[in-house]
Amino acid sequence: MGGAAARAAEATHQESLAATLGIAKHPPRRSCGGTPHPNLPPQGGKGLTERFRFVVLLALAATLLAQPADAQDVLTEQRVTQFGAWQDTATATLTIDGSTDTEVFAPILEAFARRLPDVAIRYREITTNELYQLAESGCTSDAPAADLVVSSSIDQQVKLANDGCAQPNHSAAVQALPVWAKWRDEVVGLTYEPAVIVYNRDLVPEAQVPHSRFDLIDLLRPADNPFVGRIATYDIERSGVGYMFAFVDAQQATTFGRLIEAFGRNKVVATCCSAEIIDEVASGRFLFAYNMLGSYALARAADDKRIGVVAPTDYTLILARAALIPKRAGHPELARQFVDFALSEEGRRLLTESGLIVPFNDPAPSGLVASGEVPTLRPIALSPALLIGLDKQTQENFLALWRSSLGSAGAEVR
Amino acid sequence: MTDQAIHNRATSITVRLAATIALILAAGGIAISVAAYAYGRQAAQEAYDRMLAGAAFQIVQAVSIIDGRVVVNLPVSAFELLALAPDDRVFYRIVGPDGGTITGYENLPPPASQGDEMTFYSADYSGETVRLASAVRRFAERGFTGEVQIIVGHTTLARAALARDITAKALALLAIAGIALVALVAFAVRSSLGPLVRIEQALRARDPKDLSPLTVSTPREVETIVAAINRFMGRLADRVTIMQNLIADATHQLKTPIAAVRAQAELASGEQDAARLRTIAGRIHTRAVGLSRLADQLLNQALIIHRSDAAAQELMDLREIAIRATDETDHDLLSSGLDLHLDLPEHPVQARGDALSLVEATKNLLSNALRYGAPPVAFSVEHDPATGMAAFTVTDCGPGIPETDWPDSGRRFARSAGSLPDSAGLGLAIVNAVAEAHRGKLAFSRTADGRFRVALTLPAERGEQS
Repeated sequence: MGGAAARAAEATHQESLAATLGIAKHPPRRSCGGTPHPNLPPQGGKGLTERFRFVVLLALAATLLAQPADAQDVLTEQRVTQFGAWQDTATATLTIDGSTDTEVFAPILEAFARRLPDVAIRYREITTNELYQLAESGCTSDAPAADLVVSSSIDQQVKLANDGCAQPNHSAAVQALPVWAKWRDEVVGLTYEPAVIVYNRDLVPEAQVPHSRFDLIDLLRPADNPFVGRIATYDIERSGVGYMFAFVDAQQATTFGRLIEAFGRNKVVATCCSAEIIDEVASGRFLFAYNMLGSYALARAADDKRIGVVAPTDYTLILARAALIPKRAGHPELARQFVDFALSEEGRRLLTESGLIVPFNDPAPSGLVASGEVPTLRPIALSPALLIGLDKQTQENFLALWRSSLGSAGAEVR
Repeated sequence: MTDQAIHNRATSITVRLAATIALILAAGGIAISVAAYAYGRQAAQEAYDRMLAGAAFQIVQAVSIIDGRVVVNLPVSAFELLALAPDDRVFYRIVGPDGGTITGYENLPPPASQGDEMTFYSADYSGETVRLASAVRRFAERGFTGEVQIIVGHTTLARAALARDITAKALALLAIAGIALVALVAFAVRSSLGPLVRIEQALRARDPKDLSPLTVSTPREVETIVAAINRFMGRLADRVTIMQNLIADATHQLKTPIAAVRAQAELASGEQDAARLRTIAGRIHTRAVGLSRLADQLLNQALIIHRSDAAAQELMDLREIAIRATDETDHDLLSSGLDLHLDLPEHPVQARGDALSLVEATKNLLSNALRYGAPPVAFSVEHDPATGMAAFTVTDCGPGIPETDWPDSGRRFARSAGSLPDSAGLGLAIVNAVAEAHRGKLAFSRTADGRFRVALTLPAERGEQS
């Protein structure tokens, strides 16, 4: 409980600091997908401060001053947390840039820090687009590069590797991964997160719970159905993960066309972000949310009985949050050690506890609403095929299709 | 065989074959390795170029003109095709008619020259060698006329890996073939050299006195060796037989005259009377002369038998042999008043042989006729062009050798003649040996008028006489 209290205090401190610096006050702390993680694993009752010198620096002013001009433009806000040894006494500092919430990623960072007592670990929580721009500028210019970039925008990670901005990690742990979970040994998938449908258990009768996209389309077919205006999904123009899920959906099945057409008719709300959408599902403002990141949804569902989570049985997309070691990393060996640790048995256990690996081998996996059918899991392969979604023209075309399907029918885009 | 001898012997056939085959295999192996690598690279290049072409075609089809604007909807299948080279980085660029990049990697280099067909080329891009395919699509639409160039490429990891893989497999196959070949050659060499080992074993196992032909069954190629060994053994056996006969007969021949000389000598030692002593001395002299001639003949025969095997066969005129033989014949026999008639043809009679042997043989024939036959003695050289045979003939008017003894005469030492005190009895045996050495023969006959005729025939050299 002490840890939670400490974090609360830190959060307050953070806000006050941000206010002092004249940065837009939050929540939300991140533009998209970012939210204080509600399912923090209990830290055994001991204060993190004591054990791991858990330090929230939020050295916003300092870091902004240290950044070159272009990086300053990129970074709207960031949160820097240090683990392990004090930076002054550490033999080396491992810098990890990630889009994952600090609270969610902390356990594995702490465990890794425990293994290397001499090493300071600096975790910067940054949004995916900013991660990409930072890594790209770190690749092509003299801007400082992180030692490891962990992003849920796996298409951007593949693009970085394709542009020659990464260095490989040929370790045995990486070799043991399935083909879809790695590319060139440079982009390495660490997690296993399904794209799910979230619904309000109080307001949606059990018989109407859609277990597949077909169910959802059928549900939305009647003109006067009660779901009009009460379905949410990511605004794919603002959310990288939302865009990727939608783009991969479009390749997976013809249901996608019918689905967005149905979304258009039913005035689907395309909005941001995971936390807000799930909050509003819980409150009853939305009845369904489509293509939510399962790791967040399941964590919320564990605490909040009003939230139900379904892995669609026709197919469930699986996202493996990907790690990449930038070409100009200062401590690539430490970064490789961290990746191997995350892929080790202990690392996987910690990621599973944090909700970043959703196991599907149990009969009723981790809080998912069972449908009686085993969902077909389709991991999004880390391959050059992901580059298409990032193509300037293809992106424009896809967004135009999205806008016309949703917009023409009067869907709300907030 | 001593160790020194082993070290000095010529390199073994096995080692020679092994060295030769190793050399051939090494040279062939290097040649094939180079060829395999070249082929592997070529095959990998072609395979992945086709893949690249497939991706490029798909992207070409995905280019369209909407409202006078170039619109590209990159097909996922094209990139999945490119992802078949799993670890290669992928690049693409779509260039408008003005040379501006519509989408993709802006500085991806275009080919040096773009034809109507798909163009493949290599370039350095983004720090690596990149293989690129470039195609052009021409549009003539409302609001847009011109060419859109599509460039697709990837790095060459998969190509290099495939080339290596093909080469490695070819080399593995080559290595297996090489090992199999070496094993087969080793087996072939062992089995081919087997007969030699068998011959060696047969020779080793044999009694030193056994000079009979080898009966080892051997392949045709080795038969010549066995035949040569057998010929050699045959000659050795003949020689040994002749030597044994010579020694036996010489012993037999010499025993009687020596015994007689000894007896006379003993008689002389106890004799007081000068006149009788002189008579005994005369007898001893006669015996000693006979003994000396006998020894002479024995040595001659030994010499001739040796020469018949060893002397070089030279071309000569048989008439000269006849003249030499006549000249060297004991002049005591001629001075006794007996008539010798030498009959030579006008043209030279050429034959190959050993002059000394032939002179000795004909001398023997002449001496026999002069000593035991009845005059006049005719000595002639004949040549029969029809049969290609030449002959020395000696004809006398005596009774000659009885016809019943003809088959035996010359084959062995004539025993009937051997009993004569001053005759060696070896004469005809020598003649016979010489005749055989010259591939000829010794023949006896009677002429139409009942004279006894002895002929030494031998093959004449054709076409030599003018």
